[in-house]
Amino acid sequence: MPPSYRTQNTPADPRHPSRLNLRQRFYLVEVLVGLALTAQHFFVNMWRHTLRVVFRSKTARGAVTIQYPDERRPYSPRLRSLHRLVRREDGSPRCVACMMCETVCPAHCIYIVATEHPNPEIEKVPERFDIDLGKCVFCGYCVEACPEDAIRMDTGILEFAAYDRRSMIYDKETLLALEPARPEGGPASPVPIPASRSPR
Amino acid sequence: MSSVAIDLLLQAIPVAFVMFVVLNFGGLLTWVERKQSAIMQDRIGANRASIFGIRILGLLHPLADAVKMLTKEDFTPAHADRLMFKLAPFVSVFFGLAAFASIPFGDTLRILGREIQLQAVTLNVGILYVLAMISLGVYGLMMAGWASANNYALLGGQRAAALMISAEIAIGASIMGVVMVYGSLNMQDIARGQGQPLLPQLFGHWIPAWGILTQPLAFVLFLTAGIASTKRIPFDTPEGESEIIGYFVEYSGMKFGMFAMADFLETVVIAGMTTALFLGGWQVPYLQPSGFVFPWGATVPLPNPAVAGLQVVAFLVKVSVMIWFLMLIRWTLPRFRYDQAMRLGWLALFPLSVLNILITALVLLAPWRA
Repeated sequence: MPPSYRTQNTPADPRHPSRLNLRQRFYLVEVLVGLALTAQHFFVNMWRHTLRVVFRSKTARGAVTIQYPDERRPYSPRLRSLHRLVRREDGSPRCVACMMCETVCPAHCIYIVATEHPNPEIEKVPERFDIDLGKCVFCGYCVEACPEDAIRMDTGILEFAAYDRRSMIYDKETLLALEPARPEGGPASPVPIPASRSPR
Repeated sequence: MSSVAIDLLLQAIPVAFVMFVVLNFGGLLTWVERKQSAIMQDRIGANRASIFGIRILGLLHPLADAVKMLTKEDFTPAHADRLMFKLAPFVSVFFGLAAFASIPFGDTLRILGREIQLQAVTLNVGILYVLAMISLGVYGLMMAGWASANNYALLGGQRAAALMISAEIAIGASIMGVVMVYGSLNMQDIARGQGQPLLPQLFGHWIPAWGILTQPLAFVLFLTAGIASTKRIPFDTPEGESEIIGYFVEYSGMKFGMFAMADFLETVVIAGMTTALFLGGWQVPYLQPSGFVFPWGATVPLPNPAVAGLQVVAFLVKVSVMIWFLMLIRWTLPRFRYDQAMRLGWLALFPLSVLNILITALVLLAPWRA
């Protein structure tokens, strides 16, 4: 190793043998210190596992693992998850097909076809409202842009993998059927299977 | 049934027991490795393999591994030496299995008026036999590296050979101290010798003369060199699977699995050797052939089968503890660089083992012992 390279390292570089003291260079003591640390973890965790399994303790946890999908970490209330379309009292979409979300969407993943609403007080209603989740970047701009508070990203649903791209397109009926997440953040609706997904 | 047939059958008991124990320990070690490392690292470890929803703490994962290995494509590279390529994993596993044969797991068992040595093969040169088997195991690796027609594999095989040479000299030299203290190359004699009291004029009959007490330096040296000979972390330079690539790059399926199996078998052998030489072998403290003889005068007479059973259990417990310790080391220390491993072997372990032999000889021949 050239001397210039050595000086580039920080003064306390532990890789440099001459900066190790005798005990560290002897290695065995340091090995025992390390083994004591890992063995301590082993025995503490084994004791906690024993408390949990044998003595049915509710609080003892021998591991930090969260066994997804059996266990889930609570989601933040601000989490942006799968979109849903908010319903009116009669179940029809609150959306008035103003195209704000489609316009603002940076991924161009929203596709709306507007039509007349039977109620003359409401101007328009979407005939189609498709979101291509294969393109969506979950920026939340659609939610911010909506003047009617008709689209939200609060379902708590994050698992919507599919076998092909077509199955990632969620239509109006699917999005309307979704419920907001439960207070602890878990999804209230089952993961939707969109109509476009063909049975395999 | 003729008495010869009975003799043969009774002789087959220790052999079958050794095969059963070693193979099962080797298989279970994949589970132990996963679970122990997980517990040491605050994780849970593999627990998903199930049959009809029954998981039993992930104990089915070795089974799932075996199924996976057996059903994978068994690929041989186009330019490989086919015979050597196919032979290498078998050589590796064979010597791992054979090495345990002369390690005693109990004293004599008397059934049907016959005395059975609880040892698969009774050899007067048992230690040399085990050493030879451990050393021969490296031939499998070198064959694998050479036959793969892959330069990375060849380099891995060379690293294995270099590591093994630097380790086995230290193994042999460190054991010499034990051989000198107990005065025999027969491992059964060494195990018996460890039941004697240590310095009876000083401690009475309180402390048995286990190898770890009579030869503490040799214990550390043997354990270090033994871990090196199992070629597992911190001495896994032959493999270095995450970056430097080892002798088994070209292997797939069960052949690859056999190399992994050989590593585990060697771990069991090293644990067995350490137990037999340094942890009193099958000795239970204060257990004599006639039963317990406690140093405060109490005695508990036991029949011979009970004594033999206790000894076998003690041996298995000690081996398990040693395996736990080897696993603890494997999951604590980082890997030695190639040159560091060489330096440790040649400039630390070997001179210290020679020093240990000298000190042992001086103590044994010292005039005050007469």
